[in-house]
Amino acid sequence: MALAMFTIIGPLYMTLMIAVKDPSQMDSILSWPTSFHWSNFSDAWKLTNYPEKFKNTFIITGINLIFTIFTNSLAAYAITRKRSHSKFFNALYYYFISAMFIPFNVIMLPLVKQASMFNLDNLAGITFLYIIFGLPMNTFLYTGFIKKIPVAMDEAAEMDGASPLQVFWYVIFPMLKPVHATVAILSFMWTWNDFLMPLIFLSKPEQQTLQLSQYIFQGQFSTQYNLAFASYLLVILPVLLIYIFFQKWIIAGVTDGAVK
Amino acid sequence: MVVPVAILFFIFHTIPFLQGIFYSFTNWRGYGDWEFVGLKNYLHMFQDADILNSYLFTFKFAIISTILVNVIGLFLAIGLNAKIKFQRFLKAVYFLPYMLGTLIIGFIFNFIFAHLVPEFGIGAGIEALSVNILGTEYAWLGIVIVTVWQSLAFTTLIYLSGLQTVDQDIYEAADLDGASGFTLFRKITFPLLAPFFTINMVLSAKGFLMAFDQIVAMTNGGPGTSTTSISLLIYKKGFTGGQFAYQSANSVVLFLVVVIISIVQLRILEKREANMG
Repeated sequence: MALAMFTIIGPLYMTLMIAVKDPSQMDSILSWPTSFHWSNFSDAWKLTNYPEKFKNTFIITGINLIFTIFTNSLAAYAITRKRSHSKFFNALYYYFISAMFIPFNVIMLPLVKQASMFNLDNLAGITFLYIIFGLPMNTFLYTGFIKKIPVAMDEAAEMDGASPLQVFWYVIFPMLKPVHATVAILSFMWTWNDFLMPLIFLSKPEQQTLQLSQYIFQGQFSTQYNLAFASYLLVILPVLLIYIFFQKWIIAGVTDGAVK
Repeated sequence: MVVPVAILFFIFHTIPFLQGIFYSFTNWRGYGDWEFVGLKNYLHMFQDADILNSYLFTFKFAIISTILVNVIGLFLAIGLNAKIKFQRFLKAVYFLPYMLGTLIIGFIFNFIFAHLVPEFGIGAGIEALSVNILGTEYAWLGIVIVTVWQSLAFTTLIYLSGLQTVDQDIYEAADLDGASGFTLFRKITFPLLAPFFTINMVLSAKGFLMAFDQIVAMTNGGPGTSTTSISLLIYKKGFTGGQFAYQSANSVVLFLVVVIISIVQLRILEKREANMG
């Protein structure tokens, strides 16, 4: 247990140590720094244009979360309720679920051609694609949960004069909180940490995400380890903070998502 | 609402998929003219050293990583499930790697293999550790280590949630019957965990067959082409190598491989689940 613990803390400790040293202190990598070079962080901040990349990543992730939760839960609700008496919706259900078997790498070649045709090789486009591509997994998660909500709930609200959309919005949507959390966490981790999609869609420097900027940064400054590691920490930090605050929900949410 | 969403999904997900299949029967380079070549791309794959190497590497890597992740994950989960101090804190730390981006983890471990391990190897006089493993024929081992390091978090968590569904009374009953230690594990814990084993096997195998980020960050497919995974090959040769159609055929094969492996795993493991239950 302790050994396993060390293998997790060790690399993170090393990352921190390298990030706060200057090159002259690098002769023993793991030692405590003789002086702290906080300027590594401000240099990395400037060199990678951190605020811009953070803003891009934040916008992609934020808009993706909001749209995913609203559109995917509504779509999954309609599918769950209608598939028992509609062949069309039943077919849609299997259509979405079976798409889970298609890995992104398999469609990426034609997708890049298509994206440039539709003018989607930019921030707005990639956000849109994230929302679309999350659909199979999220439909799976939402339908599993909605199935367990008795139809009597819907019927009672309809008796009170609610339209189907009102039923969803006032009755069903609030009840989906646990799945919303799971979907939000999984979508957050996917979009924040994704590297492949930004790599193939975002060519303009001002549209790059944090992950992509690290890749480019690595190529340009491959020997300036202290700067590079300060930069990694800057990228990891937002995720770490979120993890520290929401750790309990994150672990529960991911487990729920996987085990269902 | 559902219909527009379905249409968008069809346009941006299903059509590219179908296009990929379509192009796999042509000789398109990604630009210029093209014509149909039938199954030529598929037949050519069997004689292509690049493709065969990438499949060989990806399978070797995926099989070994899947086994390691599941074996270590299972033991870690059992350890974490025991009545130990700081259990919640430990769980939180173990799950941390799963939250971090694979690319950055790859960069960090790249440094560890390039500098820290050799420094230790030279200091301790161990010759095998005194060189950067990523520059040798064992580079694939480095990638396995990083992948296992990151994926363990998820696997362990799933096994842990499985263990928490196991009724403790069963153990007491078995204890009274004189079972202990490994017998308990083999006869009770493992069978009860069967569904969780299935999930982990399928998800990890599928994920590892797609490996991309960590390889880009650590070896970029090298040295030579020894750690070029299928995904990396499709990316490199498909976008910049003028092999659009040919790598589309490779994508279709990768898709089939993933589907077949997932279905076979599900079948075998579910049958086993049924036998044990």
